Amino acid sequence: MKGITKRFPGLVANNKVDFDVKVGEIHALLGENGAGKSTLMSILSGFYQPDEGEIFINGQKVRIKSPRESIELGIGMVHQHFMLVETHTVTENIILGLREQSLFTSVKKGSKVLSHNLLFSVLMLFPHIKKLDITKFNKEITDLGELYGLPVDPEARIWQLTVGEQQRVEILKVLYRGAKILIMDEPTAVLTPQETKELFKTLKKMTAQGHSIIFISHKLDEVMAISDRITVLRAGTLEGTVSTDSIDKRGLARMMVGRDIITLLDKPAVTEEKKEILQVNNLKAFNDKGMEALKGVSFSIYSGEILGIAGVAGNGQNELSEVLAGLRRAVSGKILLCGENITGTSVRERIDRGVSYIPADRLGVGLVPNLDAKDNAILKGYRKPPVSEGPFLSNSAMEKLVNKMIEDYEIKIADKSFPVRLLSGGNLQKLLLARELLGEPGLIIAVYPVRGLDIGAAEFVHKVLLKQRERGASILLISEDLDELLTMSDRIAVIYEGKIMSILLIEDANKESIGLMMAGTEVVTEEILKE
Amino acid sequence: MELKFEKHLFKPKWVDYAVPVGSIIMGLLLGAIFLLCAGVNPLEAYREMLHGAFGTMYAFSETVVKTIPLILIGLGVAVAFRMLLWNIGAEGQFYMGAIGATWVALSMGHLPAIKVLPLMLLAGFLFGGLWGLIPALLKAYGGANEIITTLMLNYVAINLCDYLVYGPWKDPEGKGFPLTKQFAEGACLPLLYKRIHVGVYLALIAIVLIYLIINKSKWGYEIRVTGENIKAANYAGINVIRNIVLVMILSGGMAGIAGMAEVLGLTHRLQHGFSPGYGYTAIIVAWLARLNPLAMTLVAFLFGALLVGGDQIQMSMNLPGSMTGIIQGTILFSVLGGEIFSQYRIKFRK
Repeated sequence: MKGITKRFPGLVANNKVDFDVKVGEIHALLGENGAGKSTLMSILSGFYQPDEGEIFINGQKVRIKSPRESIELGIGMVHQHFMLVETHTVTENIILGLREQSLFTSVKKGSKVLSHNLLFSVLMLFPHIKKLDITKFNKEITDLGELYGLPVDPEARIWQLTVGEQQRVEILKVLYRGAKILIMDEPTAVLTPQETKELFKTLKKMTAQGHSIIFISHKLDEVMAISDRITVLRAGTLEGTVSTDSIDKRGLARMMVGRDIITLLDKPAVTEEKKEILQVNNLKAFNDKGMEALKGVSFSIYSGEILGIAGVAGNGQNELSEVLAGLRRAVSGKILLCGENITGTSVRERIDRGVSYIPADRLGVGLVPNLDAKDNAILKGYRKPPVSEGPFLSNSAMEKLVNKMIEDYEIKIADKSFPVRLLSGGNLQKLLLARELLGEPGLIIAVYPVRGLDIGAAEFVHKVLLKQRERGASILLISEDLDELLTMSDRIAVIYEGKIMSILLIEDANKESIGLMMAGTEVVTEEILKE
Repeated sequence: MELKFEKHLFKPKWVDYAVPVGSIIMGLLLGAIFLLCAGVNPLEAYREMLHGAFGTMYAFSETVVKTIPLILIGLGVAVAFRMLLWNIGAEGQFYMGAIGATWVALSMGHLPAIKVLPLMLLAGFLFGGLWGLIPALLKAYGGANEIITTLMLNYVAINLCDYLVYGPWKDPEGKGFPLTKQFAEGACLPLLYKRIHVGVYLALIAIVLIYLIINKSKWGYEIRVTGENIKAANYAGINVIRNIVLVMILSGGMAGIAGMAEVLGLTHRLQHGFSPGYGYTAIIVAWLARLNPLAMTLVAFLFGALLVGGDQIQMSMNLPGSMTGIIQGTILFSVLGGEIFSQYRIKFRK
C-alpha cells in the first residue's frame, strides 16, 4: 500500500501511509485508538475506498472495490468480534461465507474450484440432503485444521465452543476461502495466556506455509514476541516501520504515543482505617441461558481497596458484576453494602446508595449511542437536582455538568450535540467514568475498564481509579489483563467456572499461578483473607 | 457505472428536510401512474384535489376538521414509537374513546356543559387508554408482541361499536340506521368556524404538551433512553415495565381523545364506521414527521388535505374512493424507501 490517504468529514484517518507485507512474514500494526489502523485495514479489505494512494499485490496494481474483491485477491480478515452464526455448525459457518460470494458463478478457492454454490444453497434448505453433501466439507475442514494446528470439530455448533475455538473457526474460515494475507484484529484480546501461546504457534505454522499475517495489537509484549517487523501509526500518519530485533518496548511505546510512558503507576498505601464496604456471601446466579454462572461466590472489599478479579471471559465475571449492580437476580446468597443487605434491591436503589458500575460494553450498556453527550452525562443523575427541576430537566444544569466533565476528564469532543457513538473509545470511557465517579461512590464495579483503549487513555483511566481508591472507595476490578490486575489490585481473586479459586494478596500473586488457576488448575495456596 | 451506498458519518441537517419532501413528491408521482390507469389526467386530478382541500373556506375548514384527529392520534403513536412500542392499535383506541364519550353523552348529556365536557374528555382518554393498557400489560408481564395485540384489539373495538349502534344504543327514531340518537346540545363540542370545533384547541394543547414531555421532561428522557437503548435504561435504573404501561396508556388515551372529539364535535352521535381509518393514517403521519410533534402538525394538515381532496375527486371526477388510499400508500412507500437516503449517501462512480 503506497501513499494511502483517507479523509472523513473533519479528520484525516490515514495520511499518505505506506505499508507492505512480505511473503511469510508477521507484520505487526501498532498504534493508539484512532491512529488509523482500522481504517487502513478496512481499505485493504475493501470496506472503504482510499481517497489517494495505490495498492499492489504481488507487484500488480489493484483496486479493491468491495470486500468480495478483497477475498478474491486472497486477503482475509479475522475480526475481533467473531462473525459466526451461533446455532450453526463449524462447517456450515465456514461454507456460509462462500455461498454469500456468488450464487451462480463458481468461486476460485486457491487452485480448487467450487462449482456447486447454487446447488449448495438450495441444499441448505433441505437438511436431510445436506447431511450427505456436508461430509466432504467436514473432511476438508478437518484436514485444513490439522495442517495449521487448528483442531476443531466440524460438526460442533458454535455456541458449544470456547472463545479460543471460535477464533480457530474464524481463522479456518478465512483460510478456507484461500486467503494468503491474513489480517488479525487484536486476536489475543479474548484469549488466556495459554491460548495465546497456542495461537502464536499456529501463526508461525501459517507463515511457514507461505501465508503473510498482519497482526493488529495494543499489547507491546505480544508484538515483540510474535512479529518480524512492526509498523507504527500515530494520528493517521506513518511513524515508521522497524524490524522487531532493532527495537525495544520502550522505543515502541515512544513511537506510539510520541512521548515516554510512565509504566509504573504511583500506588500509595491507604493509611486510613479500613472498613468492610462490600460483603458477598455464597452468591449464586444464572446466566442468560439459565445455567448456573455463579456457584457460590464469597468475598469482601474494604474501603480504599481494589479487589481484582482475574479470569477468562465467560467464567461468571459479567454475571457477578450484573448481580452486584442489581441488573441480574441473585438466586441465593447475600450482598451486604456497609453492613446492610441489598440483595433484592433495585438498580435505582443501589445507584442511590453509591454503587457505580462501569460495564464492559460501553456503547451497548453504559451509554446511549444515538443521544448526545449531555443526555449521556445525566443518565445516572437525572433524577436529582440541579439537573432535575420538578418534572423537567434543567438544560443549563446539564450544560454546566457536561462542561465540567469534559474539562475534568480531558474529553475530546468536537460538538456536544453530536451523538456519542461518534466519539473514540477512550473519550467514551472518559465520559462514562466522569459520570460514574460523580458524587463519590462508595463502591465502584469496573469491568474491563481499559479494554480496547490506547496506552494514553488506559493510563488515564488507571490513574482516575487509583485516585478513587485513595479517596477511600472500594473498587472491584474485573479484567483479563494480568499486568493490569497486578499493578492495580491490592488483592486478586481468580474466578473459574463461577467459583472463586483463590484470593491472593498482591505480594503473593504471580502471573504463572494466576494463569494456571484461570485455566481451572488448583494451585496450592493459602487462602488469605484480610480480617 | 456503479452505484455505491455509503453510510453517513455525519448527516447534514438538510437531509432531514429534503428526504421527506422528496419522498412525498415521489409518492405523488407514483400515485399519478394509478390515476393514469384510472383514465384521468393526474395533473388535473391533483389540481382538483388542491381545490377540494383549500379552494374555498369551507374546503379549508374541512381539511382542518380532518387534521384534528390525525394530530391527536399521531402524537399518541409517536410517543409509543419513541420507546419502540409499535402501537398500531390507534384505530381501536380511537373507537374506544368515541364509545366512552358517547356513553357519558347519552347518560349524562342533560347536565350543564361545564360539567359534562370534562367528564367526556376524561372518558375518552380513559377508554382509549384502557385499550392501550391491555396490550401494555400483556407485553410487560407476558412478553406478548404488541404489534399483534394492538392490531387485534382494533377489531374488538370496531365490533364493539357496531354492537352498540346496532343494539343497545340504537336510536329508536333512526329509521333502522346503525347510529345512536343525536347528543344533547350541552354534550357537543362548541363550533368555532363552519365545522371546525374546539377539538382544534385540544390538538394544539396536545402538541405543546407532548413536545414538553418528550423533549424537556424527565419522563420523556426515560422514554428516549429506553427507546434508543433498553440495556442502558435498565442500567440507569429506569423502570422500563412501568414506562411501557404508562406510555401505552398515554398513547391510547390520545387516540381516545381524538375519538371523543370526532363524535362530540363532528358527527354528534356514534355511528357505524365513522372513522375513515384515521388510526392507520396517523401512523403514516407520525412516521413522516419523524415523531417530531411540531413537524406532525404540518404533515397531519397535509394528510387532512389529501383526505378531503380525495373525497373531492371521488365526487367530481367519478373516481373510486380507494384512490385516496392508493395515493396514501404510494406516499408511505416512498417515505419508507426514502429512509435509505437519510442513512446513506449515494455515490456514482465510473
